[in-house]
Amino acid sequence: MSSHGIRDRVAIVGMGCTTFGEHWDKGIDDLIVDAAQETFESAGLTKDKVDAYWFGTAQSGMSGITLARPLQLENKPVTRVENYCATGAEALRAAAYAVASGAYDVAMALGAEKVKDGGYQGLNSNNPPNDGTARTLTAAAMFSMVAPAYGAKYGIDEEQMTDVLATISSKNHFNGARNRRAQFRKEVSKETICASPRLAGGLGVFDCAGVADGAAAAIVVRAEDAHLYTDKPLYIKGLSFVAGSGSGLIDPDYDYTHFPECEAAAIDAYQQAGVTDPRRQLALAEVHDCFTPTELVLMEDLGFAERGTAWKEVLAGTFALNGELPVNPDGGLKSFGHPVGASGLRMFFECWLQLRKEAPPERQIETDRTLALTHNLGGYPGEMVSFVSVVGTQLG
Amino acid sequence: MRGIVSAAGYVPYRRLERAEINRFFGTGGGKGTRAVASHDEDTSTLGVEAARLALRASPDLEPNALWFATSTPAYLDKTNATVVHAALRLPSAVAAFDFGGALRSGAGALQSALTNAGAVLVVSSDTRNGLATSTDESLGGDAGAAIVVGDDGQDGDVIAEWLGSGTATDEFLDRWRIPGEQRSKQWEERFGETRYLALGREAWERALKNVGLAGDEVDQVIITGMHARANKALVRHLGIRDGALRDDLAGTVGQSGTAHPGLLLAAALEEEAGRIEEAGSGRVIALVHLADGADVFLFRTTNALGSFQPARTVAEQVADGAPVTYGKFLSWRNMVDLEPPRRPEPQRVSSSAAWRSESWKFGFVGSRDRTSGAIHLPPARVSMKGGATDDMDPLPMADAKGTVVTFTVDRMVYSPSPPVIFAVVDFDGGGRFPVELTDVDDGSLAIGDRVEMTFRRLFTADGIHDYFWKAKPIRTEHEGEGTE
Repeated sequence: MSSHGIRDRVAIVGMGCTTFGEHWDKGIDDLIVDAAQETFESAGLTKDKVDAYWFGTAQSGMSGITLARPLQLENKPVTRVENYCATGAEALRAAAYAVASGAYDVAMALGAEKVKDGGYQGLNSNNPPNDGTARTLTAAAMFSMVAPAYGAKYGIDEEQMTDVLATISSKNHFNGARNRRAQFRKEVSKETICASPRLAGGLGVFDCAGVADGAAAAIVVRAEDAHLYTDKPLYIKGLSFVAGSGSGLIDPDYDYTHFPECEAAAIDAYQQAGVTDPRRQLALAEVHDCFTPTELVLMEDLGFAERGTAWKEVLAGTFALNGELPVNPDGGLKSFGHPVGASGLRMFFECWLQLRKEAPPERQIETDRTLALTHNLGGYPGEMVSFVSVVGTQLG
Repeated sequence: MRGIVSAAGYVPYRRLERAEINRFFGTGGGKGTRAVASHDEDTSTLGVEAARLALRASPDLEPNALWFATSTPAYLDKTNATVVHAALRLPSAVAAFDFGGALRSGAGALQSALTNAGAVLVVSSDTRNGLATSTDESLGGDAGAAIVVGDDGQDGDVIAEWLGSGTATDEFLDRWRIPGEQRSKQWEERFGETRYLALGREAWERALKNVGLAGDEVDQVIITGMHARANKALVRHLGIRDGALRDDLAGTVGQSGTAHPGLLLAAALEEEAGRIEEAGSGRVIALVHLADGADVFLFRTTNALGSFQPARTVAEQVADGAPVTYGKFLSWRNMVDLEPPRRPEPQRVSSSAAWRSESWKFGFVGSRDRTSGAIHLPPARVSMKGGATDDMDPLPMADAKGTVVTFTVDRMVYSPSPPVIFAVVDFDGGGRFPVELTDVDDGSLAIGDRVEMTFRRLFTADGIHDYFWKAKPIRTEHEGEGTE
């Protein structure tokens, strides 16, 4: 396989992100305009100066017109992309490759989702007409099978596992409480988390991502042009994507304790970026904590902890805001909220703030490390897509 | 010699204790239990399960026709027998017909099969309903039955020879129901009783005369029909020996209408098979069914009954039930609407997509890669191991047994009867499938539990039933059936 990457060839020079939450007073158009305006201002340019647009939304609109109409773009190429919960990341990946190819000088990736107009709690998907034999389980139920499998494999009893998962949830709520854009901005104790009713398997409401409306965007240019727009660009070091074959669902060898698609995406991204020891090289990681067991397993899939040890690292505070490798310092999907099409770009937004030292002081990570990771997944254990990126403030 | 080649009954897992009705309403109810089809069962799925058991007891049998009788069909206009046909993976050359509507159609289908040629699979099933506190609600029952009729040697070994029948037909109004209604109505009981008594005696005498037997030469007598008083009254007028009358399962299963003659016949044959060494063969069984007339069938067991091995006897199934609350029963029968989970309801199944995947959806047929041996559920064109393309054999998995690898309980997802219990199942001999479980209580499942597949109705949208397979716990695994 040849995955050459575009290390140091493209830079992010402007970003924006709306607050995430139940925006009863905002439609998809409002969210798009808000995120786009902030991003244009951040890069110091106008919509006409952007040569091409990639728009990510899972279910809030069809075609590039969903973006072109609210922004009133004139004769611009706008591509709508969708890749489950990695939709926003996929928009950025496409925009970055378009600039790297030389086809365009300036491109924007914007992800947006209007979830809360559906009238139901949680995320719901519209499937194409089918034969009625597919699973109809909620994502929470599918991911709930990870915790007992992981516990059984590594000898962690139910009580310990509950404590580990509550630690993750509590950590992300702690971080989200320091983020004015987050959906949930209150610290939550482990006791409260453990006392919440179970929704699916052993997972309660505090184990699940917030369901929110929101939008986020980035403008990318060739690396050599970056300083025309900002003194502190973020260089793209690696972008990887894996769409799983779905065979994990029917392969008796799959044991629900890891996500092979995420492992593969991480290996590719690290190779592109020249990362050899992520735990010691990364300043932070923004990972797809759709459910608490997901974040636990990802610590191993992304190479932050040895197999079977992530739970101990979680309890030791390795991934806390002041830990060795802060994970989801913005609160993650858990407390920032998860507008599907926006989440991937929201993660870049936190890297943008943190690496440029522009995060609010109460959550600014003090480190001399210059690299950050973002990770998305979409789908279920056994059948998922995965995206991993590495960005950094330094060339070379 | 023509007669019965195989037979089986299917009694659904749930039981309603009749006293529950009285405890709830202060009226109605009665003694004993009735069998209750689960929320994901209908007459087509009950029929499938009965037919699967009958064919499993006689694995080499290839029916020439499939006839399906019910008074509570899942569809009108559309043939329900084709659903049974597809679930049994029968070839297209096997015709499938419905005998619809009337309670007499089950016995009618059996009589027609006996006077026909070739192997005929007669499937009957019913879900009996009634308004809350009614006698019908309490005394009715849900069940399926499958009787394979054929010629000895040609269609397999006949385990019970058909000696002959006697019938009596009359037009009178005892019990009726307008299409679409849950509730049956009945004329004054005494009128029906009088008519059935006369018609039953007439048919009985005609049958005995046809075969040259006397009443006291019959070893086992089955009397069934929805008119309980008439059934009871008729016994005294048949001249049968003491002890010849069989239990009609009214106290455990309830009267399962169209299915009941087949269910009781299967149970009688199973019992005879179990005691053939002591009692011997050549025993005469009479089946009397009272519905808009009377039908009497006379059979004589053969030596071949000694090697008949039921896959799961009616008696075993009757013993293997678990309670359902009266509230759940009412909601399953659409007698009371419960607040559903606040999630989108399922969309209707695509007819063309369902047709394309008929062998998967209805037959649970996967595929096995010829090179790697990897099993694909659903069947695939490209192998997940090695990538071989279009090089797989179909692999029927409906009769495979499996083990729960891991499971979860989903309290949020839409279901006609939440919560959904869902498991990852590894099958004996290979293959994995994540699948919904049924006939299981929340909190009772454990990793390592044994399961088997069962044909169910997942939901209904736009009047289209979504049939597919679920897994259910194996509670009585026969010796030699388990894994190592």
